[in-house]
Amino acid sequence: MKRWTAVLAALVVALVVSTAAFAQTRLVIESWRNDDLLIWQNVIIPAFRKHHPDIEVVFAPTPPAEYNAVLSSKLAAGTAGDLITCRPFDVSLELYKQGHLVPLNDLPGIENFSDLAKAAWSTDDGSVVFCVPMASVIHGFIYNKDIFDMLGLEEPRTEAEFLAVLERIRTQSRFTPLVMGTADQWEAATMGYQNIGPNYWKGEEGRLGLINGTARYNEGGFLAAFEALARWRPYLPRGYQAIRYSDAQNLFAQGTGAIYPAGSWDISVFRAMVGDAFEMGAFPPPLPEGATQCYISDHIDIGIGVNAASPNREAALKFLEWVTSQEFAEIYANVLPGFFPLSNHPVEIKDPLAREFLSWRESCQVTIRTAYHILSRGTPNNELDLWNASAQVLNGTMTPKQAADMVQRNLESWYAPQQRR
Amino acid sequence: MKRVRKFPTHIAVFLAPAVLIYTVFMIYPMLSSLWLSLLNRIPGGGTGFVGLQNYVTLLTSEHWAPRFWNAFRNNVVFFVIHMLVQNPVALALAVMLNSRIRAAAVYRTIIFTPAVLSVVLAGFAWRMVLNPVWGISYTILDFFGLGDLDRPWLGLEETALVTLSLISVWQNVGIPMVLFLAALVRIPDELLEAARVDGANAWQVFRHVQLPLIMPSLAIVAVLTFVGNFNAFDLIYATQGSLAGPNFSTDIMGTFFFRTFFGFQLQPGDPHMGAAVAGMMFLIILTGVLLYLFGWQRRMERIEY
Repeated sequence: MKRWTAVLAALVVALVVSTAAFAQTRLVIESWRNDDLLIWQNVIIPAFRKHHPDIEVVFAPTPPAEYNAVLSSKLAAGTAGDLITCRPFDVSLELYKQGHLVPLNDLPGIENFSDLAKAAWSTDDGSVVFCVPMASVIHGFIYNKDIFDMLGLEEPRTEAEFLAVLERIRTQSRFTPLVMGTADQWEAATMGYQNIGPNYWKGEEGRLGLINGTARYNEGGFLAAFEALARWRPYLPRGYQAIRYSDAQNLFAQGTGAIYPAGSWDISVFRAMVGDAFEMGAFPPPLPEGATQCYISDHIDIGIGVNAASPNREAALKFLEWVTSQEFAEIYANVLPGFFPLSNHPVEIKDPLAREFLSWRESCQVTIRTAYHILSRGTPNNELDLWNASAQVLNGTMTPKQAADMVQRNLESWYAPQQRR
Repeated sequence: MKRVRKFPTHIAVFLAPAVLIYTVFMIYPMLSSLWLSLLNRIPGGGTGFVGLQNYVTLLTSEHWAPRFWNAFRNNVVFFVIHMLVQNPVALALAVMLNSRIRAAAVYRTIIFTPAVLSVVLAGFAWRMVLNPVWGISYTILDFFGLGDLDRPWLGLEETALVTLSLISVWQNVGIPMVLFLAALVRIPDELLEAARVDGANAWQVFRHVQLPLIMPSLAIVAVLTFVGNFNAFDLIYATQGSLAGPNFSTDIMGTFFFRTFFGFQLQPGDPHMGAAVAGMMFLIILTGVLLYLFGWQRRMERIEY
């Protein structure tokens, strides 16, 4: 009896001691990057803990399409994590205005970012920054080099060459020329319209034109981009109306398709899925007839901020400080090729495909997706209209003109600068 | 002499747990949601009482009304397909299973199984079956030389809603079947024998003896189908996402509510308009159930065997 009491006492003591040893700060990161869970757990977080062994970090992602909804309910209920992965522009600005994000102007290291990168997470007057920029993504096309070699094709530089390549693949092989579906709708807008569009609306010139009311979706470059998108229709896979994003990724990774309209984040996915099965190459969005200057969508995509209600603010700020460092930029850019760091640190990217995407920054002018800044602040939502319109153009249920008119009409219904004419 | 009856304390005691739980978990949230639908952001900042303004916006504004009526119309189609396919098929299956075929229990179990599957699983399985890339619908049609008839069923505006309704019918047909079967089993054999002695054939026995006797079950199933369909959300969300594409052709009240309340991608959630959509769902279901209670149930005869 006495012995058992002693054992029990020893156990209790051991338990108390071990709990005390683990009584350290625990940070939870909210994110939509559920694809990156293992990389955070195995690489990024251990690297941070080398500097701060007393801070435990948990990466807790939500599926991308639900992230915004789940996050805002959690923030409202006070159950959100300490660190918040920030969507660019209006969504995060709204969170800051509601008092959910901490101002980061005084964060050591925040000066390592360009104003353009910080603009995605600043108030409209630029006085307050509330998220640390993490990465941007670039649009373009990834292709199967083996198929190109087999058919003797070269990377197309203009739209005419692009369509000629697609036509040759269609008529001279059994491969799917262009691998994309429209079932999830966002690919049609993001990898379709916003991918090729900047070449037609001249990047920032067109985007800022929409914001101050001098450009419209149903004329000029914005209409031309819808028309160019419609020309993809004959080259999409059979039944593309019901093909989802993951189906398209699989189709391309299995080598049944030649060209994949991509976001650079697909690189890491394909590296894992394709392996050594075939070689991949990439080319930027093809130029329209007569154009010489190229434009690419280099979309500022991910930032990270601190939940204002977090009880561990000090530890959370330490984590953000680390995110601004050279070490983080190097790790992030290389474990997740296709997410390009936004800090001014010189970072060497090892993945050749990711380097190819990044090299376009030198020759082309960059812009971001049109609906993210300011234009998504009203109802109907401009981004969702673009998804629907682009998917319908590819499905053939709307002509490019009808789609462009619909998007323009809905934007005009609430956005004052567009109502002036 | 007037005797004062003692207050029946025991009744209150026995009712209390149920009333308490029902109030806390059903009545209070419902009233609170209806209250939420009467508030909105008011000019000058903050949230305030706006009366029925949210409902007016929902039913008349250029942006909200088409989406609302589209969801309502799709929901009606969803319901009509269940009434025309699910319930007659369930009735036919119940009659067949009741007619002493061999291995009836095996069939009953197989037909009922999908009803206990998770909707997410059923939706995922059907998405795979109908998938233009990996699915077997093309392979099967092609085997019969009908490959050209294959369509991306879930990706076309004209077929997506019907396809999803039929998936839902496939999944849920076991429940009305079991209810009908239970009603059929309760009919005493003497009645059926008497009809047969009088020279009635199988159809006449069904039409003039069985059908009238299971009428109450038919009515209950119709109401359950109505309530279930206008509350439906999960299958559409699991297969098409809350955007209910293509071009909102599979958007029903449930997905419309979800998108409005919680938001989607860059569109922020709007709890007040969302609550108004929920209020309309409540009103539609309430109207349907009241029509049934006062229009039909009161006129129905109760038969005691």
